[in-house]
Amino acid sequence: MTTTSLTPTRDWWRIPQRYVPVLATLTLLLVMYAVGVSQYRAFSNVQVIFNVFIDNGFLLVVAVGMTFVILTGGIDLSVGSVVAMTAMMSASLLQGGMDPAAVLVIALLVGPTLGFLMGCVIHFFEIQPFIVTLAGMFFARGMCTFISKSSIPITDPFWTSMAQERIGDPRGNFVSISVLIAFVVVVVGAFVLAYTRLGRNVYALGGNQQSALLMGLPVGQTKIAVYAISGLCSAIGGILLSFYTLSGAPLIAVGMELDVIAAVVIGGTVLTGGSGYVFGTVLGVLVLGVIRTLITFDGSLNSWWTKIVIGGLLFAFILLQRLIGIRKK
Amino acid sequence: MSTSKVRWAAVTGHSLFWPVVALLALLTANTIYRPGFLSVEMKDGHLYGSLIDILRLAAPLILVGLGMTLVIATGGIDLSVGSMCAISGAIACLHISQQPDQNALGGVLVALALGVGLSLVLGAWNGALVSIIGIQPIIATLILMVAGRGLAQLITEGQIITINSEPYKAVGVGYLLTLPISIFIAVGVALVVAAVTRRTALGMIIESVGGNAEASRLAGIRSARITFLVYVISAVCAGIAGFMVTANVSSADGNAAGLWIELDAILAVVIGGTSLAGGRFSLGGTILGALLIQTLTTTVYAMNISPQTALLFKAVVVIAVCLIQAPAFRAKFARRGPAAPAAPLAADQPKEQVPA
Repeated sequence: MTTTSLTPTRDWWRIPQRYVPVLATLTLLLVMYAVGVSQYRAFSNVQVIFNVFIDNGFLLVVAVGMTFVILTGGIDLSVGSVVAMTAMMSASLLQGGMDPAAVLVIALLVGPTLGFLMGCVIHFFEIQPFIVTLAGMFFARGMCTFISKSSIPITDPFWTSMAQERIGDPRGNFVSISVLIAFVVVVVGAFVLAYTRLGRNVYALGGNQQSALLMGLPVGQTKIAVYAISGLCSAIGGILLSFYTLSGAPLIAVGMELDVIAAVVIGGTVLTGGSGYVFGTVLGVLVLGVIRTLITFDGSLNSWWTKIVIGGLLFAFILLQRLIGIRKK
Repeated sequence: MSTSKVRWAAVTGHSLFWPVVALLALLTANTIYRPGFLSVEMKDGHLYGSLIDILRLAAPLILVGLGMTLVIATGGIDLSVGSMCAISGAIACLHISQQPDQNALGGVLVALALGVGLSLVLGAWNGALVSIIGIQPIIATLILMVAGRGLAQLITEGQIITINSEPYKAVGVGYLLTLPISIFIAVGVALVVAAVTRRTALGMIIESVGGNAEASRLAGIRSARITFLVYVISAVCAGIAGFMVTANVSSADGNAAGLWIELDAILAVVIGGTSLAGGRFSLGGTILGALLIQTLTTTVYAMNISPQTALLFKAVVVIAVCLIQAPAFRAKFARRGPAAPAAPLAADQPKEQVPA
């Protein structure tokens, strides 16, 4: 891979530059997996991969939403809090004896509404996304404790059945329903970005907002839409998280926005916007998941190594983006 | 139009008008809720009272805010200050905990030097990423924000290091001339920063780099060097704040020390009228902003609202302040007056183009 990017003289075997970050992530993922398999015998079990998906399904969904936002050159810091707020609200409503279907609808409406409002403030008042979504993050986190100061268990039969349902061989290799939902979100997200007008507008906006405006593209609508999409993805993520933990806790998913941003960046999406793929984001989430799994398998390394390794990877991939950017000039 | 009207317009138009109003409103609300709020009394030669407490607790925030102001003035942002607090506090506490006599002044001074030294290194790392490699500041500092927490936990080995050192504790809760030492430190740093930036050309140079880094470079200013410098200053400020945060509780917790302080600091800077786009800054405004935030936090605690719910209030404040300061918002509400200029869409352009 490195040889191709260093010797760009031939055409037929040269990889288009926009694929380089994604391919680098893919290589990294394969190398990490190979290291895992060579070091630990149990690592080669297919269930290990399935578990990575099961443990990171909600992260994947949220990361898809974040990809949209980052592609427009914005950022959404509120995702972690919105995830927690959705889980918290579902738990609280279910505890109040509300019908699960109604809870799902309400939970799926609140996130996008918050995202929509943030998008409106960002667009109409021209305030930086960073600070607006920061306020959204404060707001959602505050709402969590406003709902309840302690965690609320979920005992609803629908929720428990969603949590315990195993698809595949229950004693062998299986995935949870959350994984299927996450896959659906990924596919829909990738489709919207690649094949719809909205998706192309997102890329155009991230490439150059001024040009997009002059081309007559609906800049405002697109901008508001991406934050609403991110809100929706966070809401879905929150529900998946409540499936996973069967509870709502006010301090859950603290700092998750950083994991999500890291996953998107490692997945090759350029932070200034305009370039990146949902597929890359999936790889980014998998890289994070495999790092965690490796550290768990090792046993002697402590959990904080995860943070240090993620920081290191962030650095490496941003540097890579930067190098590609320089070469373009 | 009468002169009083003009003068009134000048006062309300001042960037610090609304923060001052908010601060006064908060203090008034507190006094109504708790009549003893404003009283300051003398006990054992120390001044006690809610106001003193607010000053003492605001000291770390003021420090971090000062560094952040300079960074934001260059059009950047430093997200890693919270992690810096945790790291410098952790290394200082670790060194002290290894001393045979934790009360020895020498050991404490070495610990402080270690903390500041490490902050310098990390600040230089941030500065190098932004100024030499040219990564956008928000991302460059995000790396240390994530990895820094890990580093802090690595230093403390995941434990909470508790220390029992009077000299170190003094940094956070000690008193000097009836006032908490932390206030003196914060005021001292503020004076030094103010003198260096406002009595020399440095402040103007920083503002010019924030306005347009490339133009400043062509005008003969070493933009890269200035950018590098502000991140180092910010890191050192955060490092000192880290001593206070850990000294307050006499322990270093890699996870909790300085958590969210970067957000509070950015908030303080924005409230103080420093534009996030860079190009101008107000140190006095930042100090005012920090005091406002600490007053808000204290108010929320005093009213028996959980600290987490306090975030709700902060969210309201952030949005209100940003809206009031946003040119587009002002333009929409100034339409009643004569021909308000239409909000240009290019208003958010400079920020996007300055970094990287």
